[in-house]
Amino acid sequence: MKLPQFIRATVVVIAGSLLLAGCEMPPPETVQLGNRGLGQELVVNPKTLAATVAANQVPTPQPAVPSVGPKAGDIYQNVQVLGDLSVGEFTRLMAAMTEWISPEEGCNYCHVAEGFQYDTKYTKRVARVMTAMTQQANVEWGAHVGGAGVTCYTCHRGKNIPEYVWATDPGQPHAAGVMTAGQNIASVTAAYSSLPNDPLTPYLEGDEEEAATLPWRVAGQTALPNGNRSSVKQTEYIYSLMMHFSDSLGVNCTHCHNTRAFYDWEQSSPARVRAWHGIRMVREMNTKYVNQTTDWLPDHRKGPMGDPLKVNCATCHQGAYKPMLGANMVKDYPNLARTTLLEPKEETAPAAEVEAAAEEMAEEMPAQANAGSNDQGMTAGS
Amino acid sequence: MSLLSFERKYRVRGGTLVGGDLFDFWVGPFYVGFFGVSTAFFALLGTALILVGASMGDTWNVWRINIAPPDLSYGLGVAPFAEGGAWQLITICAIGAFVSWILRQVEIARKLGMGLHIPFAFSYAVLAYVTLVVIRPMLLGAWGHGFPYGILSHLDWVSNVGYQFLHFHYNPAHMIAITFFFTTAMALSMHGSLILMATDPRDGEKVKTGEHENTFFRDDIGYSIGALGIHRLGLFVALGAAFWSAVCIVISGPFWTRGWPEWWNWWLELPIWN
Repeated sequence: MKLPQFIRATVVVIAGSLLLAGCEMPPPETVQLGNRGLGQELVVNPKTLAATVAANQVPTPQPAVPSVGPKAGDIYQNVQVLGDLSVGEFTRLMAAMTEWISPEEGCNYCHVAEGFQYDTKYTKRVARVMTAMTQQANVEWGAHVGGAGVTCYTCHRGKNIPEYVWATDPGQPHAAGVMTAGQNIASVTAAYSSLPNDPLTPYLEGDEEEAATLPWRVAGQTALPNGNRSSVKQTEYIYSLMMHFSDSLGVNCTHCHNTRAFYDWEQSSPARVRAWHGIRMVREMNTKYVNQTTDWLPDHRKGPMGDPLKVNCATCHQGAYKPMLGANMVKDYPNLARTTLLEPKEETAPAAEVEAAAEEMAEEMPAQANAGSNDQGMTAGS
Repeated sequence: MSLLSFERKYRVRGGTLVGGDLFDFWVGPFYVGFFGVSTAFFALLGTALILVGASMGDTWNVWRINIAPPDLSYGLGVAPFAEGGAWQLITICAIGAFVSWILRQVEIARKLGMGLHIPFAFSYAVLAYVTLVVIRPMLLGAWGHGFPYGILSHLDWVSNVGYQFLHFHYNPAHMIAITFFFTTAMALSMHGSLILMATDPRDGEKVKTGEHENTFFRDDIGYSIGALGIHRLGLFVALGAAFWSAVCIVISGPFWTRGWPEWWNWWLELPIWN
């Protein structure tokens, strides 16, 4: 038996694997999530942790201003969502939004030189929808975002488009006759596994009726599969969605589940309840808010299938178990945590004037943008 | 005729590692030696501690008895008996008993002038256990990373630790270990059936020889590894299974903290197509 040769080959294989994969070095940080000995733990590389902390520093809030004085909706034209703010608060929030979303482009990312009131740029109309969405999250979805809340910065982090957004994924091109079945490729969404590559389209958008038809609960609740008709495909779809959850939060399955009984709420951690509400919140965000931009959003802001770029867990969480590691930014911007609609006013910008302004747009503005109308802007209660 | 009546002549003195002639005796068919005594000591003490630990739990249902390691907050320190200290003592006893058993096998092998293949092979199983409850916990910085002692509870631990890495089937060492386990089962079943087909003929038929065995496999797959070779192969695949099992768990956490599917990104990032 040529033992030395065998040992040498083993060493080469292990060393080669280490080199190729750039394996991490011990010790990692570990956090116990369940009873001792249960193996419910978070295991995280200290370098990843340091990077996460660095990436989740809260920007200095804009200096506070009094909430007294005339309302923005009464003073300025065409203020549809933030009308109930004092002029000072309104200006402050605009300055903050510029810092959060378009620090390089400034006000002109959304507004045109002709006047702040014009909806010439699609970005302004998107901002309106997103502002209402943010307020809705803070007002109605405390079960998910409570304690910290969300602001524009939670997702945008100084970028025009949040780093992590999604659109329906048509999959990769492949040879005719190859049955990919929507899976069997390394999928970023599914945490680089070959599970179904787009679990987001079925699970993170659509109304409640559609939600009711989806196979959410695939796990059997008995030792033997008595009467459980869930298919492997259905199971892999929900597994893929859960992979997205884990990867987005920088956690693993045991953050929410005791995996001996995935289905059992009694054995799950409180985080699972938050996630349950989060699924419903994100479905509402995409269905009621993001998708209303479909008709007028320029193509370069849409996915390959023509749907707008939408929200998933990573959009806010960005690898942290709590977005911004739980820092409360909303306390400095209380107007994002309440509904600030005023009654919609009459169209004040003459259509022709706005049309003219549209023609002078920077190249940012795509030709087919639907300029001038704010009919599709946010209306109360939507 | 009792087998033991003529077995005495095989009882060879000497070959001990520790204790000289003091423990060089047999009890019934069993050789004792110093390591027989230490095996018995650790095994009995460990079993007694398991009973004490079980008595502190809330069930005597044998499936559900659970003696868990300490909370991670104890790190690599000593925990109170009721909060994981029992697990620590049982672990010491288990390792004491297992290692004693290896060394007792060494003494018997030396006595008979044989190679050390059996203690070498058994040490792989002990290595796998020590990896789980000593090496990996030390690399992770807390005894609480060891698995709990309980029939169902250790399975719950296995499930959760697997899901700490999102999808354990993507663990490359786990893949290799599983392949070795299946190959071991296949090799053993083929070898066992070959021996029976040669040596356990139908009534009236003669027992066949190694030439029949070789010829069968030459006809079947074009090659026969031979009577000695199959045992070398069997040892290799079985030890490979135990070894790569130990590797697959020791790299999970200490050397890789993310989902195992993500580890394979090195393949996607190869400069050939990236």
